[in-house]
Amino acid sequence: MLRNFYAVSLKGLLLVGLLAWAGAAHAQTENDLLRDLEKQTTDSTKREAVAATFKGTHIINSQSVETPGQGTLAFLIQHRFGTINSGPYEFFGLDNAVLRLSFEYGVTDRLALGLGRSSQEKTFDGFVKYKALQQSTGAHPMPVSVTLFASSAITTLKFNQTANTAERSTASRLDYTYQVLLARKFSPSLSVQLMPTLIHRNYVALEGMQNDVYSIGAGLRQKLTKRLALTADYFYLLPGYVADNYRNALGVGVDIETGGHVFQLHLTNSSGMVEKFFVPQTTGNFFDGDIFFGFTVARNFTVKSRD
Amino acid sequence: MKRSLFLLPLLLLLLAQPHARAQSKFMTKAGRVSFFSASPIEDIEAKNQEVAAVLDFGTGQLAFSLPVKGFVFKRTLMQEHFNENYMESDKFPKATFTGRFVGIDAATLATPGSHTAQVEGDLTLHGVTHRIKVPATVELKGGQLLAAAVFSVAPADYNIEIPLIVRNNIAKIVSVRVALACDPVPAAVGATTRPTN
Repeated sequence: MLRNFYAVSLKGLLLVGLLAWAGAAHAQTENDLLRDLEKQTTDSTKREAVAATFKGTHIINSQSVETPGQGTLAFLIQHRFGTINSGPYEFFGLDNAVLRLSFEYGVTDRLALGLGRSSQEKTFDGFVKYKALQQSTGAHPMPVSVTLFASSAITTLKFNQTANTAERSTASRLDYTYQVLLARKFSPSLSVQLMPTLIHRNYVALEGMQNDVYSIGAGLRQKLTKRLALTADYFYLLPGYVADNYRNALGVGVDIETGGHVFQLHLTNSSGMVEKFFVPQTTGNFFDGDIFFGFTVARNFTVKSRD
Repeated sequence: MKRSLFLLPLLLLLLAQPHARAQSKFMTKAGRVSFFSASPIEDIEAKNQEVAAVLDFGTGQLAFSLPVKGFVFKRTLMQEHFNENYMESDKFPKATFTGRFVGIDAATLATPGSHTAQVEGDLTLHGVTHRIKVPATVELKGGQLLAAAVFSVAPADYNIEIPLIVRNNIAKIVSVRVALACDPVPAAVGATTRPTN
């Protein structure tokens, strides 16, 4: 009797097991399959670089933490018209323009070299930009991106053509800029940058004027839509002769992105587009209408494709 | 004794079934998906080698998942635009497909030789899901299951907005190519273990 009971219950158990197995096999839907798959592949510890902190390699006046990327040659056309408050005779500044043309090349994804030429004081500038740290998410997230920037600028203006000025030596024509660009993309739409800056000038025109000018810059980018962003940058001059006699450079603008171009339109109180001009030599009073309308157009060319 | 003899085949069947299923499930974490957009102005191509896929020939079901940021372009700026403006990868980090083999007994596909079959299911891109039907080929070769498919996707169907100024640079129909080399997975284990890579 007892033996019979076990046998029956065993058979029943097997039957139930078989049914359960068959049921389970068919109960698993495609979505369960996907869920299982994602459970196995989703790796929250994976380190991922935070890309596109800024749209361009420049915010307005300042450089941004971005570099063109390996094998990419960026051609930039920067334009500053005259001040808006110069009146209708000067067509509100549009009759005058300062131009800077530059090339920036990404040697690696981190290292970029650049060469520019400004019409202001017929200045050539060469620079090196190195992305030392890249903001990332994952196991050991990096909260900020840090790019180091060093530039030298040489004016090729013929000084002796203007009355009573002596020609200047090559050394006296050189100025240097050193910057640490520190940026964080707080959200997909908001990025902020801080820029401790040192400008060294080999030659200053007046006694008492600093050769070394220190400044703290700040910049931001707030996206309004997918392809339109509001930008601003500002350079605060640390107290000294320069701070007493010149103004802090301020720029506000918009970034408009189309295909392979980024258009940057802006208003700023500085006409210069090289650090040695806009950090220590800005004279315009933004709130008095000494505002230069300007734009930057960047076109990227792939010189060497990846992979 | 007589009863035990009757139970034995059942018992064997029960033991044998999971084993048979074990050989019917295949998986990869390094599959490849590439896409190609041809236009008179420029060709755009990107490759993704981080595609996770599981194919279950026991049930005929399959599932794919890939990180959208895993697409690598020849041009860095294109890759940035792809993620920032078109696919909005921060908002929609993954593209997925779930579906099944239709019109064929899936079990026959996991036998040696090359087979063609239709796959039907839901493709989710940019947060939008559409039902698609795609011809695929599968081949069991050297213990691995090779699967391939080519199909077309219209960006507009998935609310991927293309601005007027670059409308001639990007094809209306983008060709997508899938190529997988999957390893067999024991079904009972496959769902729970996490092989490290």
